[in-house]
Amino acid sequence: MAINWYKYSSPASFYSLAGKMIPFFAIIAFGLLVAGLYIGFFVAPTDFQQGEAYRIIFIHVPAAWMSMFLYVVMAIWAGIGLAFNTRLSSMMATAIAPTGALFTFLALWTGSLWGKPMWGTWWVWDARLTSELILLFLYIGFMSLQAAIDDPRRADKAGAIIALVGVINIPIIYFSVQWWNTLHQGASVSVTQAPTMAETMLTGMMIMVFASWMYSIAVILKRVRVIILERESHTAWVADLRRKGAL
Amino acid sequence: MKPRHKKLAVITAGVTALGFAAILVLNAFQSNLVFFFSPTQVIAKEAPIGKSFRIGGLVEEGSVQREDGGTTVHFAITDTSEVIQVVYTGILPDLFREGKGVVAQGKLSENGVFQADEVLAKHDENYMPPEAAHALEEAAKAQKAYLTQ
Repeated sequence: MAINWYKYSSPASFYSLAGKMIPFFAIIAFGLLVAGLYIGFFVAPTDFQQGEAYRIIFIHVPAAWMSMFLYVVMAIWAGIGLAFNTRLSSMMATAIAPTGALFTFLALWTGSLWGKPMWGTWWVWDARLTSELILLFLYIGFMSLQAAIDDPRRADKAGAIIALVGVINIPIIYFSVQWWNTLHQGASVSVTQAPTMAETMLTGMMIMVFASWMYSIAVILKRVRVIILERESHTAWVADLRRKGAL
Repeated sequence: MKPRHKKLAVITAGVTALGFAAILVLNAFQSNLVFFFSPTQVIAKEAPIGKSFRIGGLVEEGSVQREDGGTTVHFAITDTSEVIQVVYTGILPDLFREGKGVVAQGKLSENGVFQADEVLAKHDENYMPPEAAHALEEAAKAQKAYLTQ
């Protein structure tokens, strides 16, 4: 069976497809969130060094990973939109930014709450923390630039430039703890090494990671639907929906 | 080449060039991006003299001494090859322990003692239940005993 992918690059058909997918991802996200938090706060053992305080990892690490991952996805969509002039790709990039910014903020905030009791400080200007803060500014810059330009097509192009330039920051964040000495510890989970976490802790954390993925997909689809409607409000198919009372 | 492919090529080349530029810039600033200096670097006089800087390493086992009737504490930071004596007055973070990571900010005094005005704990990336940590410790002890036999 061949799926006509091009069909779904049209905002009108993607609008209805996204609508059907949202409940699916939202329900999975909720289920995983409940399971992940339960394991994180009730099942996972106490840590030998940090006691109960380490449990913030179940929110901090998924948030930090999502903040970087979403930025890469956003930059790819923005780049495709810029190169091929596909409207929907740019709309996807615009829809991802607020969720990415939210996760970046969460990562910084929970990290700060974790840093005070463990390190003895809310904030230090080490390479990891600073580059993650720059990521937040990149997201905010992307969103404000797009908001400042009235013509959506021009806003897409300007935003794409920021998104693509900023993508350089992602490997810097990720490898900062290896390249330079930092107060932030190294990675507990990486592709090249066995994780340095007890199994239950790791399970809880990974479930939270998948929960964040599902949440992000659901909320981004929801947002892209709004953006599609806004930008296509002059078209016949939107008028059709309005007539049917589907809006 | 279709125009859109050309555009894609230009974007790819642009991002690659920027990445390359970033690598060069980061390389140039390498020494400014370190968060702390190791005792070896301090002994080798690589750390700024007369200015505040951070020194990082492990708290040497058995080096922590608290002064009576105050919060002044003396300890040594080591990177297993060199040792720097540190004096600090204030509250230490909970994770401050002998044999564990530490980062202290302050100045090196004339007599080579580091006068810290902030001490932070640097923990590692290992997370495990206390029983597992205890078992690992016992295993390490047993191995040491076996090797010294």
